[in-house]
Amino acid sequence: RDKPSAVCGVSAEARGCRGYRAGGGKVSVEVLDHLEHLALVDFRDAEGVERLQKAIQFADQLHEVNTNGVEPMDSVLEDRCLYLREDDVTEGNCTKELLENAREKVEEYFVAPPGNIPLPKLEERETFLQGSQ
Amino acid sequence: MVPRGVAARWRRAATAPGKGQGSLGGREEAAAGRESHAACLSPAGQPLGILDGIPIAVKDNFNTAGIETTCASNMLKGYISPYNATVVQKLLDQGAVLLGKTNLDEFAMGSGSTDGVFGPVRNPWSYSKQYKEKSVPKSHSEDKESNWVITGGSSGGSAAAVSSFTCFAALGSDTGGSTRNPAAHCGVVGLKPTYGLISRHGLIPLVNSMDVPGILTRCVDDAAVLLGSLAGHDPKDSTTIQDDFKPFELPNLTDVSKLSIGIPKEYHAPGLSSEILALWSKAADLFRKAGAKVVEVSLPHTRYSIVCYHVLCTAEVASNMARFDGLEYGHRSDMKDSTESMYAATRREGFNDVVRGRILSGNYFLLKQNYEKYFVKAQKVRRLIANDFVKVFRSGVDILLTPTTLSDAAPYTEFIQEDNRTRSAQDDILTQAANMAGLPAINVPTALSERGLPVGLQFIGRSFQEKQLLTVAKWFEKQVQFPMIQLEEVKKHDSDVFHHQKSASLS
Repeated sequence: RDKPSAVCGVSAEARGCRGYRAGGGKVSVEVLDHLEHLALVDFRDAEGVERLQKAIQFADQLHEVNTNGVEPMDSVLEDRCLYLREDDVTEGNCTKELLENAREKVEEYFVAPPGNIPLPKLEERETFLQGSQ
Repeated sequence: MVPRGVAARWRRAATAPGKGQGSLGGREEAAAGRESHAACLSPAGQPLGILDGIPIAVKDNFNTAGIETTCASNMLKGYISPYNATVVQKLLDQGAVLLGKTNLDEFAMGSGSTDGVFGPVRNPWSYSKQYKEKSVPKSHSEDKESNWVITGGSSGGSAAAVSSFTCFAALGSDTGGSTRNPAAHCGVVGLKPTYGLISRHGLIPLVNSMDVPGILTRCVDDAAVLLGSLAGHDPKDSTTIQDDFKPFELPNLTDVSKLSIGIPKEYHAPGLSSEILALWSKAADLFRKAGAKVVEVSLPHTRYSIVCYHVLCTAEVASNMARFDGLEYGHRSDMKDSTESMYAATRREGFNDVVRGRILSGNYFLLKQNYEKYFVKAQKVRRLIANDFVKVFRSGVDILLTPTTLSDAAPYTEFIQEDNRTRSAQDDILTQAANMAGLPAINVPTALSERGLPVGLQFIGRSFQEKQLLTVAKWFEKQVQFPMIQLEEVKKHDSDVFHHQKSASLS
């Protein structure tokens, strides 16, 4: 499974899965790339891509069910009035406790590395993130 | 429940050196937290409440102030919540003693309690006289160690803790069967209450529209006591209903002739073991002979429940897991090149394969071009599943009787042959639909299998009709007289511990 040396990003091996078919469809490299960007997690290896293909294939069974005229259900409590409290401040003064769990901070701020730098392109992502683990 | 004072002895037992708590699912470092509460008396010398001095354990996906909450993930190792989950607070307010946090599958994603960073949870029945007598090692050289069976999951640590007499009751959580499944495999009562009855505030969410805190105890009466302490509206959880909840004691049912028990034929699922099928029929006969009306019913969309769950769960997971970015709490990677690369590296290091896989699938189902096709479609199928139950209950059925699991607990070595998604799909098949519909359901330990392992049956009731559900469960529990676990051949250094526990349990 996960070897510490595994390469991050959609690895060359995984990209070889380009032609993998699941449920009659296949996931293109562009979609895989898009998903890694959205999810901010990577497929890591071919196995990760295969897992997605299988997950889609499994989900495709839903299309056997006739749902014509059926309303989607968000919650089983849909027919009830749910409680909304007044928009008042009821708690506070817990800056210290909240900051305690952060690894990097300055005064009362969480510290992040430089922003507005997107992840590198697919081809470079592997080497870029290789430093991690 | 036993009087307080037992608590101190219990705590000694649970933290005795060499106990190997982890192997039975407990995580002992938390135990000290309530030390000051061990005496459990209010300043005025009065018991704090109905749970005064009662030792309990809590699944490690409920926040506990000042005590680490990890979800069995690298992502939250070392995380200390500044507040208690509402259910934890309620237990403490009633005088309960928190013995420890219990192991689980990472972020409660699994059905074996085998996929967490602290390793798998071992089923206490693996070490029971009943199992040892029946299980024959495959070869002479194979030591008995490799024969141990899983607890089921994801609340396996909680089920093991209750089953091994480490505590009286434990909190689990139940999104697709995570309380009932390990309860069945560990021979304890596992109650999944109606969605909206118990607060989820402080329960680290998996699927918000289906998660409920679960209750694990050794008998149905205890489950009712816990429910009484936990249920009710919480201003901090807008999905708890505002109706008053009155704690109840369960009557001893003498006449079941007015009951209508439904046997859903779809629960005769592929893979259901013949001995569980036989047990299920026997249970139905038991009700019939006692005068209850037993009818076959149909819940036609049952088999799509697990597929529907797969889509809704991964979609909600994709959204819920977005909070773990390394900035405010939890694991943070050393990557410093950019915020995005730090996020990506943190999440890569923090989540296991299963969690990452679900996040990626969920994002796929939520893509603009897939949203209608998968997510909305699954929500529609969910309504069909929920409507199946509405129709059956409207037809006059009071309670549904089904198996909880397809078979008894598998040996660990066998269980890990399949991947997590496949296993969850198989294992949740009989429990998941109740979550889709938000209905209360309970596992009642029923008998031992041919291998000497516990087998349970499930009762599913109408929404918010916990009292009726538990009353029937209690009647059934009394009829079947499930045998007590016999932990006689535990390792020498453990024997003292179990001696304490056994004698206390029998008193």
